[in-house]
Amino acid sequence: MATISFTPHLRQVGPTRPTACCGATLGDALRALEPDYPLLRGYLLDDQGRLRRHIAVFVDGVMRPRESVLGLALAETSDVYIFQALSGG
Amino acid sequence: MADRVFAATRKGLFEFRRRGAGDWQVASTAFLGSPVSMLLVDPRDRALYAALDLGHFGAKLHRSDDGGASWTEIAAPSYAGVDADAASPPSLKLIWALEPGGPDEVGVLWAGTIPGGLFRSSDRGESWSLVRSLWEDPRRKQWFGGGFDDPGIHSICVDPRDPRRLAIGASCGGVWDTTDAGETWRLGGTGMRAEYLPPEESDAPETQDAHRLVRCAADPDCFWVQHHNGVFRATKGVDDWREIHPSTHPAFGFAVAVHPADPRTAWFAPAVKDEFRYPADGRVVVARTRDGGESFDVLTEGLPQEHAYDLVYRHGLDIDPSGETLAMGSTTGGLWLSEDGGDSWSAARARLPPVYAVRFG
Repeated sequence: MATISFTPHLRQVGPTRPTACCGATLGDALRALEPDYPLLRGYLLDDQGRLRRHIAVFVDGVMRPRESVLGLALAETSDVYIFQALSGG
Repeated sequence: MADRVFAATRKGLFEFRRRGAGDWQVASTAFLGSPVSMLLVDPRDRALYAALDLGHFGAKLHRSDDGGASWTEIAAPSYAGVDADAASPPSLKLIWALEPGGPDEVGVLWAGTIPGGLFRSSDRGESWSLVRSLWEDPRRKQWFGGGFDDPGIHSICVDPRDPRRLAIGASCGGVWDTTDAGETWRLGGTGMRAEYLPPEESDAPETQDAHRLVRCAADPDCFWVQHHNGVFRATKGVDDWREIHPSTHPAFGFAVAVHPADPRTAWFAPAVKDEFRYPADGRVVVARTRDGGESFDVLTEGLPQEHAYDLVYRHGLDIDPSGETLAMGSTTGGLWLSEDGGDSWSAARARLPPVYAVRFG
């Protein structure tokens, strides 16, 4: 199973530690987390299921294109890190 | 007279309590660090609703059933499945208006959003339905964004005589009303004009930038609009608007409040017109009319009169049900209260983040 780490900014709605997730793709893995973290999806994806504009996803150390990352195939050993840009005051 | 007011700000929600004459102090805070775009105090069950604009993580909605001691995230209006075949299907960007349904409709809420959808909940915000009749109206598709990329609904005025009768205001989308709880819509706005449009289009009702629409509780056919390029008043519903030309202050602004018992009395927070947007001469003032716009008092007592550049957003001015207490919050974090209908003001004890909305309740 791939391991997903989430930014601590999502600690109210998502896992606080790296979590092993079932799923052939990142989209599948996020769906698998929904029963335990029902609000998480709405923080990462917009109403149409698109990754929100300022969310960044690294898979195995490489930032992946937002438009296609949800369909990206995950390996058993994949390390996923999800965080967001911070800006403004 | 109200003794509690909320300020929804760029950095959280602040509850103020009246501790004495003109003395308003912070009683509680919530969501510190998070932008709060709107607040509703439901007069029917005392529930509080706070709309958050979390930026990267989207717009959210929270409810408190214990007066603000604790909050629970509930469903936000959603465009899931709406126009899914469009080149760029819509997604919720901001909850811009929250209003209760009628007194006998406990649990019914209305929400106006960016993009310009109107939503209804019948279960205290546990679920929401897009009002499709308005969303799919071809005239709605003519709306365009003003200060935001997309248009939005910022004003929802429920008729206290009949909660199936609503009027809404949109930027830039004019003023509309329904008599059947949103099944059908009528586009109002005759008499309005938009300086920013090509001359031949200036009276197009579906693209008027009504910055704020308010309705008199005691005389619900009477409305005021603070429009992008002026002040308008209507006395027979959302048509036949009469433009007001104040001689004492700029006609530009965002906010307007109407006296709950007197449709001729209204308050405004004027600013130098649109490309500047600061108080004339660096003096924060409130303009008040008591005769339907025939004349105005420019009220200054207690407000900053030297090098003050506060702008008041469209939800930054509120009046309590007594018609005597007003609250005004600014982009520079000022919050002022008046307990005498605007004659004099006192600053609340706080230096706030930029204020998006103030509400009594």
